[in-house]
Amino acid sequence: MEIFGIPTQALFGQLLIGLINGAFYAMLSLGLAVIFGLLNIINFTHGAQYMMGAFCAWFLLERTGIGYWWALIIVPIVVGITGVVIERTMLARLYKLDHLYGLLLTFGLALIIQGVFTNAYGSSGQPYRLPQEFVGAYNLGFMFLPKYRAWVIVLSLVVCLGTWFVIERTKLGSYLRAATENPTLVQAFGVNVPRMITLTYGFGVGLAALAGVMAAPIYQVSPQMGANLIIVVFAVVVIGGMGSIMGAILTGFGLGVMEGLTKVFYAEASNTVIFVIMVIVLLVKPAGLFGRER
Amino acid sequence: MNACKRTLVGVAVAAAFAVGAAHAQTGGKEIKLGVMSDMSSLYTDLAGAGSVVATKLAIADSGIEKRGYKVSVVEADHQNKPDVGSAIARRWYDADGVNAIVDVPNSGVALAVSAITKEKNKVFLASGPGSSDLTGKSCSPNTVHFTYDTWMLANGTGTAITKGGGTSWFFITADYAFGHALERDTTAAVEKAGGKSLGDVKVPINTQDFSSFLLQAQSSKAKVIGLANAGGDTTNSIKQAAEFGIVKSGQQLAGLLVFITDVHALGLQAAQGLTFTTTFYWDMNDATRAFSKRFAAQDKGIHPTMVHAGVYGAVLHYLKAVEALGGAADGLKIVDKMKATPTDDPLFGKGSIRVDGRGIHPAYLVQVKTPAESKAPWDYYKIRATIPADEAFRPLKDGGCSLVK
Repeated sequence: MEIFGIPTQALFGQLLIGLINGAFYAMLSLGLAVIFGLLNIINFTHGAQYMMGAFCAWFLLERTGIGYWWALIIVPIVVGITGVVIERTMLARLYKLDHLYGLLLTFGLALIIQGVFTNAYGSSGQPYRLPQEFVGAYNLGFMFLPKYRAWVIVLSLVVCLGTWFVIERTKLGSYLRAATENPTLVQAFGVNVPRMITLTYGFGVGLAALAGVMAAPIYQVSPQMGANLIIVVFAVVVIGGMGSIMGAILTGFGLGVMEGLTKVFYAEASNTVIFVIMVIVLLVKPAGLFGRER
Repeated sequence: MNACKRTLVGVAVAAAFAVGAAHAQTGGKEIKLGVMSDMSSLYTDLAGAGSVVATKLAIADSGIEKRGYKVSVVEADHQNKPDVGSAIARRWYDADGVNAIVDVPNSGVALAVSAITKEKNKVFLASGPGSSDLTGKSCSPNTVHFTYDTWMLANGTGTAITKGGGTSWFFITADYAFGHALERDTTAAVEKAGGKSLGDVKVPINTQDFSSFLLQAQSSKAKVIGLANAGGDTTNSIKQAAEFGIVKSGQQLAGLLVFITDVHALGLQAAQGLTFTTTFYWDMNDATRAFSKRFAAQDKGIHPTMVHAGVYGAVLHYLKAVEALGGAADGLKIVDKMKATPTDDPLFGKGSIRVDGRGIHPAYLVQVKTPAESKAPWDYYKIRATIPADEAFRPLKDGGCSLVK
């Protein structure tokens, strides 16, 4: 059986691949959405922080022998702490100003971080070994699915849904959301709002670093890896609706699949299709698919 | 008193003349080289700061400074943008007194620099760019394309693999001029050797995930998957091909432009078995090893790529021509002298510069070692075959260069 001249079997394979790429989009756009939703900061350093996550994992493996599993826990914490430092020393001064200032600051930081890493480690990247547990592939009949790619989907779904649950369905999440609506009032109830905001930024950065660790065995660990991705991820957030958690997750996976299909039917357009969709969505629904008009 | 004054004025005038004459003399004996490269992005490791190191080593080894010449080196980052590269080239030639521009990886920038160099009658020593148009339809009497080009890569790798049984090809091609040219030239070489192309997929440059394209290549059932791309695109596609078991399931991977820094970045586990063409490998003989040791010590341990070696060879040959003519002022005369003199350097051996500006020397078909075969860091290649100099590059008559009569 064929659909538009492509065998259905091949099409299933491509859909699955799209879903895997979507998992990375979802993880990264989730972090951006959390930071924007709760801090009103457009975090352009996100790509660099994703890259730092991958480098941190590589560094742990090469210099100390600490493997993938520990890296999944250690790296988000370490990179998250650098995020906390950035928030305390720089971003905290900008909350009262226009969004544009935060954007400029984080964009500048991203350039500096990428420059420093390129200078120190060169441009062609470092190899990160696939953990032994994931060597090999499952034969699904229509394609070989590398075990590691299957793991990427599972882990990112767990992380995404977990984050959504904490923010939308728990008491901690309600404090966070309340603090963004009316920080003075929440502070009056005895909640330490500045600390909560700092930790939220650290958490968002940690998510980016976690995605970086997950990406390390698939892509080259290179200083430019985040720069290539960040623009796409921003488009994902805009399409999903700035600040909408579930919107970021669903749009991330959905656009991964759309991009995967484009790669089959007209590969030349595969890196523009997301922006075409963004334009259409902005024209039809300016607040994004899942965003609320303010 | 008056006489004394007159004498003083006379001495001053004479001194002024003397200084002027001395100045004019050092002007002739002064050479300024501008290394323009990618200093911050994807080609930094394979060219970049290493090209500055190679230039300085060539100046030192030429011994020209002991014979009264003064050679200085400036460097700049073209950021892979033709407009940025053009602006730097004009400033260097017009304001800074640069005599020759060296390297320029990225064919787009190189074509722009070549045109400006011709206009200003200076010299362009190209090592990094790949496009064979630099010595074809866009050739210039002021440009020497020293190291390699797309025709040579396609011919070396395409012919060898097809003759070795890889008769059907599928291409994963970078969707811009360089990738298209590489695919076109390789298809021609494959067909000439009795093989055929089953199709291609054109991929936007700087793509992260190649799994979708690899699946398409897999389902084409072609014996060989040709990677008509470069840099990060090549390393990512090779890495992910290993993940999807492409080579294990019987298809062969052919990287059409692979540098030793790419192999180093991939690691042997992912790169082993890869076959491709290069014009230089650091571990060929005592001279190349000695050069590479000095080079690595100055470039963060990176062993020289063919681009670095080409910068060294081109600058060395350029300085010989300048010395023979007694100055660096007239670019056209220097390039003519470079073409008239056979090349001879420790890295490429004996060779020549053809009338279209093409550097001619042997090329090597190499295969990446397995982790077990590699005895030391950077011990990566087995040399499978040597392609003689007269077969390695496009025949002079086929290029369409206007300098060829």
